[in-house]
Amino acid sequence: MNEQTKTAQHGLSEHSHGAGVPIQIRSARVRSADVNDFELVTQREEQWRYLSTDRLGGLLGDLEEFTGDLGLTAPDDVTTAWVGRDNELFGKAGLPEDRISAAAWTTCDAAYLITVPSNENAQEISLKVTSADSTPSALHLIVDAKPFSNSTIVIDHNGDAVLAENIEINVGDEAQLTIVSIQDWSEDSIHTSAHFIRLGRNARIKHIVVSLGGKTVRVVPSVEYTGPGADANLLGVYFADAGQYLEHRPFIDHSEPNCKSRVTYKGALQGSKAHTVWVGDVLIRKAAEGTDTYELNRNLLLTDGARADSVPNLEIETGQIEGAGHASASGRFDDEQLFYLQARGISENEARKLVVYGFLNEIIEQIGIESVETRLAESIEAELARSTH
Amino acid sequence: MSILQIKNLHVSVDTDQGPKQILRGVDLTIRNGETHAIMGPNGSGKSTLAYSIAGHPKYEVTEGEILLDGENVLEMSVDERARAGLFLAMQYPVEIPGVSVSNFLRTAKTAITGEAPSIRGWVKEVRESMDALRMDSAFTERNVNEGFSGGEKKRHEILQLSLLKPKFAVLDETDSGLDVDALKTVSEGVNRAKEANDLGVLLITHYTRILKYIQPDFVHVFVAGQVAEQGGPELAERLEAEGYDRYVRA
Repeated sequence: MNEQTKTAQHGLSEHSHGAGVPIQIRSARVRSADVNDFELVTQREEQWRYLSTDRLGGLLGDLEEFTGDLGLTAPDDVTTAWVGRDNELFGKAGLPEDRISAAAWTTCDAAYLITVPSNENAQEISLKVTSADSTPSALHLIVDAKPFSNSTIVIDHNGDAVLAENIEINVGDEAQLTIVSIQDWSEDSIHTSAHFIRLGRNARIKHIVVSLGGKTVRVVPSVEYTGPGADANLLGVYFADAGQYLEHRPFIDHSEPNCKSRVTYKGALQGSKAHTVWVGDVLIRKAAEGTDTYELNRNLLLTDGARADSVPNLEIETGQIEGAGHASASGRFDDEQLFYLQARGISENEARKLVVYGFLNEIIEQIGIESVETRLAESIEAELARSTH
Repeated sequence: MSILQIKNLHVSVDTDQGPKQILRGVDLTIRNGETHAIMGPNGSGKSTLAYSIAGHPKYEVTEGEILLDGENVLEMSVDERARAGLFLAMQYPVEIPGVSVSNFLRTAKTAITGEAPSIRGWVKEVRESMDALRMDSAFTERNVNEGFSGGEKKRHEILQLSLLKPKFAVLDETDSGLDVDALKTVSEGVNRAKEANDLGVLLITHYTRILKYIQPDFVHVFVAGQVAEQGGPELAERLEAEGYDRYVRA
């Protein structure tokens, strides 16, 4: 592959910022549940700089509470409830860091709470979020994985939506959680989602974002540690078609000693004006000695006219760490790979599929949930079949 | 009985400065079971011939024809040529990240024969071919050409040759970058494929070294995009002694 690779170890890397966009370190950003604490959404704000406001449509105005369908499949001892702001879990995992997230927060008087009991046997939970219309709306979900619990949660977004969402994810001490968020909306949908992940002592999370369908999809997962020994593995895979905008901004806030994080996102792009943005922020605070972190983003551009922005940021306030690094690369589809495979009798379509699967495989093979892997494989196949190449 | 005919082949290649003529009227006829060595100095067009037969999009055939058992190869896509029975062992095989050798081999075999090979028979066949090429069985779990040493890449090319069973194989400097042990192993692999499938071989090489292990029936000397001289194995011996100087000077 023809790649431009940037890597850095143990250091703050500098990245060029466009004129007029203030450089802001992540730890200094406003956090508030009050929408009025945030500036209006403009591309002059660092966090919106790639996203033209007309792509956000109705999410910039007033929102209504989500009226679509939440279809839950779960074992009996997993409980769900709508809880109000007075519930101790409402706002426990984090607070909004951008205006749309705050607007959604303000709109929702109730949150849908999924409680996973302390049961070391693996629990499998699936939540289908189906939106039937494009009324600008807001949804607040809370996951409470109790200490010593072990669960897999798949949240599957589909339908027509203009939806701002907040998902709070609490992972108790010693608990293990695999959580998948699939964004597979109709092609006119607009979706922003903030995930607030709060990890207990020795907690382990595998957080997987799969973004496929939607005109505009923006997912901002942030991880906060509350005790030592926790491990966050953030994975993302996305496929942007002509005219699609997919943005992912993972943030890891290392505030506790001896914790680990890995962020690995891979995306494929094809078609005119397919645009993806990945901004990965990692902050290692003074107290976070013994931190071990690495973040990586790779993009594969299948056709001309697609654009991938990829920016890793690392802020380090202590030198007493195990390791910290990042890598980012975007490469064009390599015709020599195609030639090699075709020279072995493999048709052009099949060869393309092999190369794209191969590229995304590093993520796919880590998902470990067959239904999600199959779904992803089918989606990629459908996307490639749409290719005009 | 199979026959590969190359007639009056003219090929140009796209460069930043526009198209550049490389082959200037090449005539070659190869029958199954025959081994033809194409020798010549750097830049004489040997690799261009290999890529043109396989159909690499960078090379444009401006005149002449390539026929496989009378069928017009130039009208076929790259994959159609492979399915028709042509194989190119590449000089610089590319990496395919995330695609395992075993997945790749099975996909290629399925494409060539039109049906998926039976699992048991296939696994056995792959293992036997790998054993013969002194390749470790863990090799199939690796990604195609990723992190392969030069020798591993060439063994992997010859492994494909033995499994895909083409009618004609073009070996593009398969000997380059190999130590003598690897050269012997790879050459034995080619000889086995010849015997098993009555394969026709077009052996492209800069050096005479590999001809000690793979006996050519015919030797063609390429200079400036044309065959400057041809003969039997004795021509290779003469090149060994004299080099290419007398052609280049001429």
